[in-house]
Amino acid sequence: MTESLKLTVDEKDDGLAIIHTDGYINNQGGEEIARVAYDLIDKGHKRLLLNLAKTKIVNSIGISILIEIIEKMLEIEGKLAFCSLTPTIEKTFHIMGLAQYAGIHADEEAALAELS
Amino acid sequence: MQQITLTLPMIPDMELTASKTAGAMGEHIGMSRDKIDEVQMAVVEACINAFEHSGAREREVQMKLSVFGSDEANPEGLQILIRDSGVGFDPDPTQKLQPMQKRGHGLRIIHGLMDEVHIESDGKGTTVLMKKLR
Repeated sequence: MTESLKLTVDEKDDGLAIIHTDGYINNQGGEEIARVAYDLIDKGHKRLLLNLAKTKIVNSIGISILIEIIEKMLEIEGKLAFCSLTPTIEKTFHIMGLAQYAGIHADEEAALAELS
Repeated sequence: MQQITLTLPMIPDMELTASKTAGAMGEHIGMSRDKIDEVQMAVVEACINAFEHSGAREREVQMKLSVFGSDEANPEGLQILIRDSGVGFDPDPTQKLQPMQKRGHGLRIIHGLMDEVHIESDGKGTTVLMKKLR
């Protein structure tokens, strides 16, 4: 039995969508985020915000899938940002180099200001 | 000496069991929340490395958690040892990874989150010893 990740999506009118995660981002969790993100891209969303407020733990395999989503966003000249990370997840994202390619923000308000 | 020893089967999410146990030990010695979170993330990565990359025929990992320091009532920190009986790898921490390289970041994360990391690896298995100061 695996600990499943729950996702909720808030699609805005202007090509922006917010994905809220709740739970562990491992390989299955990362793949589920990717599936949702690619669906949103197919629907025309070029700006994505991942709100990780309810995620307390991630692993390197999950992060590697997030990197693939960042690469996809760069490919389509879109933008991806993260917000509401725990200090440890933020530190881990910096260790893995994500911060160079995706914005990391304290909260949704700050992230939306950058994405708008 | 305060110590916990676990044998973890290589089954999905078992890294979370290891992580929760390490978190409980961190709380027990009065470690801050942020430091406990870092220990838990490092334990997840060490377990994932063993589960995914060890190639061990014996599908289990040994984990030993203990406190260290001269004063048992006021320990200096937490020490975690994770051992698999896999094929081993070159644990050279100087190997360069590209920032956006997708795989192989587990050890980099462990080094980045823990205060001290020692890795021994040969054809009989890998031992990761990590320390976090309280």
